[in-house]
Amino acid sequence: MSSKKIRVLVAKPGLDGHDRGARVVARALRDAGMEVIYTGLHQTPEQVAETALQEDVEVVGLSILSGAHMTLVPKIKSLLTDNLMKDVLLVVGGIIPEEDAAVLINEGYADQVFTPGDALEKICNYITGHFT
Amino acid sequence: MQQLVEELLKGNRRAAARLITLVENEDRQKTELLQAIYPHTGKAYVVGITGAPGAGKSSLVDRLLQEIRAEGLSVGIIAVDPTSPFSGGAILGDRIRMQDHALDQEVFIRSMGTRGSLGGLSRSTREAIQVLDAFGKDLILVETVGVGQSEVDIVRTADTTIVLLTPAGGDSVQTLKAGIMEIADLFVINKADLPGMERTVAEINMMLDMKNSASWRPAVIPTVSIRGEGIEELWTALKEHRRYLETSGQLAEVRLQRVRRELTEQVEYLVKNRIWAEVKDKFVLEELIEKIARREKDPYSLACELLDSIDFFESKS
Amino acid sequence: MCNSEKMNTLKKRLEEWQDQVSTMAERPESFNTISGVPVKQLYTPLDLDKFDYAKDLGLPGSYPYTRGVQENMYRGRYWTMRQFSGFGDAFDSNRRYRYLLGQGQTGLSVAFDLPTIMGYDSDHERSLGEVGRCGVAIDSLEDMETLFDQIPLDRVTTSMTINGPAAILWCMYLANAENQGVSLQQVGGTIQNDILKEYIAQKSWIFPPEPSLRLITDIFSFATDHVPKWNTISISGYHIREAGSTAVQELAFTLADGFAYIEAGIAAGLNVDNFAPRLSFFFNAHLDFFEEICKYRAARRIWSRHLKERYGAKDPRSLKLRFHTQTAGCSLTAQEPENNIVRTALEALSAVLGGTQSLHTNSMDEVLALPTEKAVTIALRTQQIIAHESGVANTIDPLAGSYYVEALTTKMEAEAEAYFDRIEQLGGVLKAIDCGFFQQEIADSAYLYQQAVDKQERIVVGVNRFNSDEKPQIELLKIDPDVELKQVEKLKKLRNKRDNAAVSSALSELKATAATNENLIPKILAAVKCYTTEGEIVAALKEVFGVYKEKPLF
Repeated sequence: MSSKKIRVLVAKPGLDGHDRGARVVARALRDAGMEVIYTGLHQTPEQVAETALQEDVEVVGLSILSGAHMTLVPKIKSLLTDNLMKDVLLVVGGIIPEEDAAVLINEGYADQVFTPGDALEKICNYITGHFT
Repeated sequence: MQQLVEELLKGNRRAAARLITLVENEDRQKTELLQAIYPHTGKAYVVGITGAPGAGKSSLVDRLLQEIRAEGLSVGIIAVDPTSPFSGGAILGDRIRMQDHALDQEVFIRSMGTRGSLGGLSRSTREAIQVLDAFGKDLILVETVGVGQSEVDIVRTADTTIVLLTPAGGDSVQTLKAGIMEIADLFVINKADLPGMERTVAEINMMLDMKNSASWRPAVIPTVSIRGEGIEELWTALKEHRRYLETSGQLAEVRLQRVRRELTEQVEYLVKNRIWAEVKDKFVLEELIEKIARREKDPYSLACELLDSIDFFESKS
Repeated sequence: MCNSEKMNTLKKRLEEWQDQVSTMAERPESFNTISGVPVKQLYTPLDLDKFDYAKDLGLPGSYPYTRGVQENMYRGRYWTMRQFSGFGDAFDSNRRYRYLLGQGQTGLSVAFDLPTIMGYDSDHERSLGEVGRCGVAIDSLEDMETLFDQIPLDRVTTSMTINGPAAILWCMYLANAENQGVSLQQVGGTIQNDILKEYIAQKSWIFPPEPSLRLITDIFSFATDHVPKWNTISISGYHIREAGSTAVQELAFTLADGFAYIEAGIAAGLNVDNFAPRLSFFFNAHLDFFEEICKYRAARRIWSRHLKERYGAKDPRSLKLRFHTQTAGCSLTAQEPENNIVRTALEALSAVLGGTQSLHTNSMDEVLALPTEKAVTIALRTQQIIAHESGVANTIDPLAGSYYVEALTTKMEAEAEAYFDRIEQLGGVLKAIDCGFFQQEIADSAYLYQQAVDKQERIVVGVNRFNSDEKPQIELLKIDPDVELKQVEKLKKLRNKRDNAAVSSALSELKATAATNENLIPKILAAVKCYTTEGEIVAALKEVFGVYKEKPLF
């Protein structure tokens, strides 16, 4: 088996406890051949950034359904940058109104925002596409 | 890469993380890298923890970390989870239980998939241990699932091996895999508040009575990891085993064997790769394989033919 | 029903019909319910040959309650129209509640923000960015007073969706009611207070299972003695379904949790008939119309049978499964959100035909944000139109006797019983939670569902079929970020003006009692009355109870 794998961090920052989407996406990424590190719930931005560092992931996926994304995503991006990981692919999923998604992407806080209704294949292809 | 190694030796966490990735991905510079860090290894004490899924390994490690850190030791943890043989992917979720320690600067946690090694500890895992060793960790905990050959691998990698069980309920300890019982330096019976605990302890002790006793008799420690019970006793037993190994000279012996194996494996690894590289260079393997399938050739004679055609002494850089 | 000669003729005719039909092409989609139960082309009396009206259905208001828990159901009184609501601070939510009551809503339902749900005050560092975002921020009795300003608690019942810190919010509500001059004997409402499903699905836990169950039985006991009209628990399937389970799993896991609470109450020394009458349930209403209706009917039948035969309950009120329903949030789409109005209407209809006691209908914009006033009004009107214009509430359990409905009700009951056996074998609900049984079942169903959608085996209109590329053009509710600042200010002022010595002493007493078996509710009430904040109470209890940690199971 080939040894190089795409390592993805799937994280649930903040107090939001809805992890159905995160878990389904994690499984899909695994079935697409990636190594998924799942942090579990209720992570602080510091915990997310430190985990990304230790696990040396190439992708960070944040799942946020609580509406706190405009606080959490920029904070995490900034901590990753402090950790010299600003080139890590940062994708966000959950309940993110389109307006906010546009701001997150345009301001460089996130590379892509996925919404309910996006097929798993689309998410997997976006990530694998980024590395080919 | 030179810089990464320097940073590693200075205690830079990002360097450690990057280097583990490089060895895992079989980077071209891997050998050079391992050569550079080797002189700085051999200091860390390695503890292997294995047991069936659901026995509570991660919550045990999480609690043990508190004891270890209370003594001011720095710790590296490698949590190994199985890679899917079908998709090649993995979900590495052991960190979930340890995330309280994520921000402790003296704790470094890395999750790894088995990635094609037959359920055991891959070379990458052993190499990652070397990286954490050079990084300066006093103690390295390796947590794996007790399937495949992992128990054999773990005993070769760890100084102390802990086997984690839960009270068997109806099943007897006999039904567990033979290998698992042989390798333990310490038995931990987690979820000790469940029925069957005393019976499990009794069965293990009976089995140990029957064994030709070497001078170390594995301790049997009941714990309830979610309540933090028995963890102090575990840590004490762990330190006792280490003291025993050091004072009896066995630690040195064990590490000598390990080094012997590292050398053997490295040589065999290089030989294997070199031979295949040459074979693929000289032959169209697929055609030959089809010939064998048609019974025009047999694999035994063909193997000899292939080897005969290789010049072992042709040096390749 | 028919005599056996007629049945044999029917059987033969049916076989001929099936032979013919099997040569005809069928649509390419899956003909299973969302739970994977295969649906036949046709149901006939042959599917009900073991059916016994008296035993399986009975009459409304009598055992086994399949047709409804009240004798005259909606002929007497419609279900309560109870829209779940809450956002921003207590002032904002109070305004929305008064609006909804003015528009004809008949009961209140409070949605709290995540810091409140997780036991943090609005000024805690973990609350940053989260205050007032997906519910109302309540830190102390002061906020509770504002929340119910001008709302008469002797005439309006309130449901509060709160679990880990339920005891605390309940005490704040009770203290506020007393301040309004409403006695505890009069006050009515529900607290969700269902910690088992938190471990399984919603995951807003705080303490580990044992102390959490202790708090719950303390609530049962206190309510039995002092707050007799209060529904002490809303045993929930909604969240289990939202997490991805099938309808059968929702049915089975919810009832299994219910049995576990019965057992906990009994183990705590309570007489089952003393607390069981005040247990209530909360189900999801998803899109497979008939499956949902059958689920509710099966639930009533199963609950009454087990309570009577297994737990020896004698009071008929213990046997009656009363429930609230919410239409399925997870069935709504972000694409073409107006379609959600239709989805919600169908789901609401299934809940009504299933005999729900109260109902919340989702707003069309809830996939994108909390509902605007316009969207929530449409959702409320949906219920009002079903009630007053469609005629479906004019007769009780109108679908009874349908070959499909009765066959499917029985099938779902059987599948639920199979799950009960499995849970029993694992050693009961707590053990099953511990080894991740429910969580794994739910995760597997969620994954299968998503794959079916991605492969177009299951159609979601506007998402994987019949898509327009139109971007949603509706206006969304925005939460004022100043809410957080205002709330933090308010807390600072509160901490200055209250009697901090009283607070301190209340907290010590609380911790001392928590370490014993004594009922904690009076101590929590005392703390709440001197304006101890929720976060302070939770922090004190955490010292005694510890915290729960998730398992790394996938």
